[in-house]
This record gives sequence, C-alpha cells and structure tokens, in this order.
Amino acid sequence: MRREDTVVTENIEIARNIYQVTFKGEIVSEMTEPGQFLHLRTSDQYMPLLRRPISICDVDIDRQECTMLYRADGEGTKQLSDKRQGDQLDVLGPLGNGFPLDTIKGETALLVGGGIGVPPLYYLSKKLVEKGVNVFHVLGFASAEDTFYKQQFSELGETIITTIDGSLGYQGFVTNYILEEQPPYDILYSCGPTPMLNAIEQQLHPERAYFSFEERMGCGIGACFACVCHVQGDETGTSYKKVCSDGPVFPTGVIQL
Amino acid sequence: MSKKLSIKLPGLEMKNPIMPASGCFGFGREFSKLYDLSSLGAIGIKATTEESRFGNPTPRVAETPGGMLNAIGLQNPGLEKVVSEELPFLESYDVPILANIAGTKTEDYVNVAEKVAKAPNVTALELNISCPNVKEGGISFGTDPEVAAALTKAVKEVSEVPVYVKLSPNVADIVTIAQAVEQAGADGLSMINTLLGMRIDLKTQQPILANRAGGLSGPAIKPVAVRMIYEVSQRVSIPIIGMGGITTADDVIEFFLAGASAVAVGTANFVNPFICPELIDELEERLSTMKVDNINELVGRSWSSCYNQS
Repeated sequence: MRREDTVVTENIEIARNIYQVTFKGEIVSEMTEPGQFLHLRTSDQYMPLLRRPISICDVDIDRQECTMLYRADGEGTKQLSDKRQGDQLDVLGPLGNGFPLDTIKGETALLVGGGIGVPPLYYLSKKLVEKGVNVFHVLGFASAEDTFYKQQFSELGETIITTIDGSLGYQGFVTNYILEEQPPYDILYSCGPTPMLNAIEQQLHPERAYFSFEERMGCGIGACFACVCHVQGDETGTSYKKVCSDGPVFPTGVIQL
Repeated sequence: MSKKLSIKLPGLEMKNPIMPASGCFGFGREFSKLYDLSSLGAIGIKATTEESRFGNPTPRVAETPGGMLNAIGLQNPGLEKVVSEELPFLESYDVPILANIAGTKTEDYVNVAEKVAKAPNVTALELNISCPNVKEGGISFGTDPEVAAALTKAVKEVSEVPVYVKLSPNVADIVTIAQAVEQAGADGLSMINTLLGMRIDLKTQQPILANRAGGLSGPAIKPVAVRMIYEVSQRVSIPIIGMGGITTADDVIEFFLAGASAVAVGTANFVNPFICPELIDELEERLSTMKVDNINELVGRSWSSCYNQS
C-alpha cells in the first residue's frame, strides 16, 4: 500500500452518469488482488476533505494502468469526472481484502453484480478465466441507459443483463432471474446494493459465496471506525467488522445484512 | 534526535511536538504498517472505557466544507483488552503514550485511570470530558467547571502518571473550566475537542448521521481552536496540547504562537495517513528558515510580545 500522484490517461462517460477513468502509475504494480479498492482525493482543496473509495475494475500491470468505474453522484465523484487526460490523481491503496481465488479450480463461478457494484467483478472475472474457471455473469441495472460493460463481460463468459424496467435483457432483479433459470454454479461472488446481497443470501442460500460490501468510509485503512458492521449471530452486539480493512469482501454469513 | 523539535511536558518526553490525536489513530496498528511509530513525538490512543463499546449506528461520518462530522460513539474494546492487547503491542515502539480515558460515571473514569496508568508505556492520561457523541458522560463532565474539577481531582488521586484534561469547545467560557481543572490538579490541557454540528440530507430531509448530531473537526475548526488556546494559555500555567484542524507545518507553528506546547493531528490522518511523519520533516525545515533554535521559543509568542511592548 502506498500513496502516489498518478496521471489520468482517460476519463469518459460510458453510461448515464457512469464514468470510466484510467490512470497510470507505479502503484498499479501492487494491484494484483481483485476486489480491493483505491482511496482517491478528488481535489487538493478542502471540499470534499476526505478521500473517495472506488473499486478497481481493471488492471494492466505491464502498462502500469488501472481502470475504475464510478457514478458521478456527489461532490467528490463530480470533481473526479472533471479530471482530464494529463491531470494528477492522488491515489492511496490498494486497500482492503479482495475476493479469494485460491480455493477455486476449474469449476463454475456465478458473478452477480448490481449497478455500480458491477465494476470489481470485471477484474475478478478476468482473474478467474485466467485460472480456467468457467464464469457466468448476471448483472442488474435500472434500465438500458444505465447499463455498462455488457460487451466486456460477454468476452469472458456468458452474460445475462437484467433491468428493472425491462428495457434491456431480462426484466426484473438479478435474484428473479437466478431463481427462475437456476444456472448451475459451485461458487458465487457478488457486489451491489445491500438489499440485493440480502436477497441473494435469503433467497438463493448459496453454500459458497463471497460478498463485497459498501459503507460510508473515513480513513479507508481501519483507524477511524466509520464503516463498522454488526456480525451475524453476535448476541452481545459488540462484535464488529470494519468494511475497509477487514473487508470489503466477506464470506456469506459473516456480516449482518 | 533533533534539538529543534524536542520538548518536555509532564509525563511526555517528546522527540518532536507531533502526536496523532485520540480517536484518529486507533491503537496504532494500522499506521504501524505505514511508518515507524517511534518517529512520533507521542501517540494519543483511542478513548478507553471500562466495558467494550460498539458505538453508534452508521452513518457515522458526514462531510462539510473544510471538515467532517463524526459520531463514532467511543467504540473501543474495553479496559481489559486495551491493557492486555493494545498497549503491549505499542510497547515495541520507543514512544510515550497519552492514554485517553472516558466513562459515564466518576467511578468508571477512576477505575480506568488507575489501571491504564499502570501500563509501562502509558506516560500520561488524557481525561476525555468532551466527547459530544455519547448520551451520558463525556461532554456532560466537560461543560460544568465544578463537575470537571471534581472528576479531575478524583482521577488525579489514583493516577500514577500526569493527567491532561481534554476540554470541550462547546461551552460559553472555556477559561473558567480550564482554570477549574488546573486548580483541581490537572498537569496539562488538551484542546480542543470537536464542535457540535449537524448536516441534513436534502433527499431524505433527515440528518445524515444516524446519531443526528456529531463532532465537527478538520481545518474548518482551526480558528476556533487557535482563539481558545490563545485565551486559555494566558490564564493558566499548565501546558496545552493544541489540536483542531492541523494539516500543515505552518498550522503547527500557528498553534505554538497561540500558546500550545505540543500539538495533536487528528482528521488529517484520514486524508493522508502519512501526515504525521511528513509534518515532522516539514516542521524541522520550517524552523530552520525561521532561524528558531527550539520550537519552545514560539510558545505563546502571539501574546507574550504584546506584554513586552506594553
């Protein structure tokens, strides 16, 4: 983990309010674990003061380039969307624990993403394919114009798009599709809004699954206790996990959803 | 060790005047992976309470221009674990520990103070009577001069190490409280804790923090801290550890000029986890250009020079 002033090589809108930023720097050589995140300063002024945690979407180790996808929604991400080629980007990372890959060999992995939770699954899927794992993607979006990376995921394995309004692919939630079509899988990986993760846990009961969580963060390194979550089955109510440094990826059944 | 930066305060023999502030550094484990903790002047560890505390529900942080609001709620593993696990971990570093203690009743503070002060690397206590984020205790001890003085006295009776009292800025007259705890035997003051604040989300039309209100920290509160240290340092004779939005070496110097004898860096650790060692290096260079032999020379210079002229 380090802090580096990297250089933006591209920053483009790829779907409604969804941007793809690529930067170059030595820090990229440390980004070998999918599911980790980067903590970015979007301004060198004091508003916003804190960094923004954004997941790693793709890494080109040889070219020292990293790609992230983000939704320009708040002040920080809107500032980030104003960055142009050649601008500096202050990056801290890589942070957190990503998706474990050691336990899986030549099986089928079901990757389930929702909205802006989809990006980290791309780097994960690439790594799984490298290991000879058969990947199956189910990616949920609000509607067609919010959808991104359909082509990129399709090149790695079968890819089902679901939209809530039915304007693209299957109409409904990712869990509706999986319950209806029952795609076979040995392990499930997911990242997306908490209600989606909750539905996966409650309705699909996956035996082996890893979820990546999102929580409002301060420091991103485990020191400030802003992003703590309760733990399942903890009767005392005092056990906790920090999303930033214990996660953001946890096996299913650990975090109280 | 640089002579320019070394300072000596009750219980705290510091290589330099920079310490991370309590609540912004955990118990040092995360930062120990980033740099050598022995390079710090001291370490202010996270508030310890008698029992472990989970703290408040999330969201626990919200941002404001130049600052952040937090309502963590004194989350900590409790006295027993702090003494058996966290403090021994810090023993491998050559750095004095300023242990922040909190409670809801006088007996809690006394019990925690007595036990924490016995740890070999705890060289001073910081009495937290100013946390705005817990319903009982904390700030309720810090807004009444008599209550603050009584608690200080009770803790002083049991503590084997010097006691610093961390003052709340959420009071009408901070000088009276500072003088009351000095009279009660405090060896030093820490100031300031966070200012009470709130942000409301326009979408939900509700406060952003689950706790509704929270403590404002960061550069936004720096002028408040400087003003309060300026006022208090002229009216007490015990040293002040200054804190409140310190981000640059110039900020450190400003706090010294106001009357602080050491500083703590809080929120800036969240923006740049390497800030403390960076500030130590910058401060040394800055003092050289200012032709200052030891940073002690700057303490209270903003007001002492007024007296010299009159």
